[in-house]
Amino acid sequence: MSDHITEIVIFTILFLVVSGMGFVASRWRAPQDMAHLDEWGLGGRSFGGWITWFLVGGDLYTAYTFVAVPALMFGAGAAGFFAVPYTVIIYPLFFLILIRLWSVSHRHGFVTPADFVRTRFDSPTLALVVAITGIMATMPYIALQLIGIEAVLKTMGVTGESALARHLPIIIAFAILAAYTYQSGLRAPALIAFVKDTLIYIVILVAVLWLPYKLGGWNAIFDAADAKFQASPAPNDGILLNANNQVQYITLALGSALALFLYPHSITGVLASRNRGVIKRNMSALPAYSLLLGLIALLGYMAIAAGVKPLPGAKPGTVDSNTVVPILFDQQFPAWFTGVAFAAIGIGALVPAAIMSIAAANLFTRNIYKEYLRKDATHAQEANVAKITSLVVKIGAVACIVFLDPQFSIDLQLIGGVIILQTAPSVVLGLYTRWLHRGALVAGWVAGMALGAWMLWQIPNAATGRKHFGGSAFPLSEFGFDSTRTIYVGFVAVLANALVAVLVTLALRAAKVAEGVDGTVPDDYLADEGDPRIERERAGTVDNISST
Amino acid sequence: MAEPERPRTDRSPWNWLLLVPIVVPLLTFLYNHDEPRLAGFPLFYWLQLAFILLGVGTTTLVYQMTKRNRGRS
Repeated sequence: MSDHITEIVIFTILFLVVSGMGFVASRWRAPQDMAHLDEWGLGGRSFGGWITWFLVGGDLYTAYTFVAVPALMFGAGAAGFFAVPYTVIIYPLFFLILIRLWSVSHRHGFVTPADFVRTRFDSPTLALVVAITGIMATMPYIALQLIGIEAVLKTMGVTGESALARHLPIIIAFAILAAYTYQSGLRAPALIAFVKDTLIYIVILVAVLWLPYKLGGWNAIFDAADAKFQASPAPNDGILLNANNQVQYITLALGSALALFLYPHSITGVLASRNRGVIKRNMSALPAYSLLLGLIALLGYMAIAAGVKPLPGAKPGTVDSNTVVPILFDQQFPAWFTGVAFAAIGIGALVPAAIMSIAAANLFTRNIYKEYLRKDATHAQEANVAKITSLVVKIGAVACIVFLDPQFSIDLQLIGGVIILQTAPSVVLGLYTRWLHRGALVAGWVAGMALGAWMLWQIPNAATGRKHFGGSAFPLSEFGFDSTRTIYVGFVAVLANALVAVLVTLALRAAKVAEGVDGTVPDDYLADEGDPRIERERAGTVDNISST
Repeated sequence: MAEPERPRTDRSPWNWLLLVPIVVPLLTFLYNHDEPRLAGFPLFYWLQLAFILLGVGTTTLVYQMTKRNRGRS
């Protein structure tokens, strides 16, 4: 442990500075009345371009991503680089969708995507389905952020014999996080994101300039990776894709891109922005993070070139490939810089964890508590319930890591990406058309969830010897195709979902089943900041806006 | 600038351009090669990183071309 003392000191200092900022954040851009979900859960819907850039960037590109993507490159090669096309596609794909969602949410005071679905399709049931899917997909994602911190702590030698001692630093870190999120709401991660991302950008720029110089240039790095994959017996690794994994590569990139802005925490970041222009400009500015992610992915190859050996995993005989990047830094850089890099990853976990817990809390409050438990809840009660829920969510995430095999969280997160996609027909198509019947959307969701779960269950992982949940690449031969190709599970599941939704819509319409009343009008999807209709309402009764 | 009240719309022919950076990164045959290398990067890596610029360029262009020129209401 003494070899790492400088790293631990710097890590701790930066962590404490950031925690202090988290508490101070409640006074940053302070509202008159914090006891309102718009304030606690959406930062007053007032964030401009820069804050949104840091907030959403810090939210989408999580610590886990920064650790897991290079780990995937280290293990599998080119297939891990899907993160780049994935994060290129997101922005043009959602450019038009998000501004419509922002506008309709602005005019109706929606806090969650489920709020929108409820009003659009006049269906609390469909909203409940969307809310539960969101919460289920988010919970393991929060737990994964802890794995990011743990990889760093492990490399610094902060481990103990018993499960409790090993997890104590994480429990303390999350207790602090929970306290300032409770107090400051979305303002805390927004403020911390500035520090986190500045640290990450500096660390990565230094790493990608210095390491290739030290390791003999980019040519040598790629050749070292090539040599490793040539020598390995695994059929689908290599520095290029092969005939079998190309369909998987593009369907995974496309499916992941479609899923990303359906995650409640992404939508929370978007709805917190001030106007449509902020969102549109960020669609051009956020790809800076994609470039960062692409360079971070290549750290996996640098680890190969530097001869990094990952630390052993939780079970004997396995390796924890998430430790390759921390070890690379530990080996190649002076201790103080490694400390900064580790702090960047550690703090990098706090920002998304905070936003995710806020998003899950918003969903519970708006679409379960207010809908089913207490219909006449005041704004202050809503804010209070959300604050308490955010604590419960974090305790749940810590419990997942402490008491369960971390692999369980990784499996759940894999499933999370597939299930959150199943809300796409209701949320994304719903922004454009009300043609689909509310009952059909529920039926489509059931079909997509069932097919997705079944497919994931079927996938073995040869490398770890597991029979189920071995990945998201489904062999087409299972469907009876004469092929060795694989395809992304979520992509197939959401296609099935949409197909069922269309067919059941036709059936329900033929049977003349009631469709409910659309609570929105076409102009709602175009409203912008300073919208005359909202200004009028604000001048009149204040309370009308967000009680839908 | 005072504009007469007319139905707002976010439709524009410029929006079709957004399809380019969605489709191009999915065409693996474009980039699934080692040569030519650029500064040591195989084509697979440098071209996909270059697609980020394609995405930024497209969204910026569409934003500029579809911006509403409205004064404060």
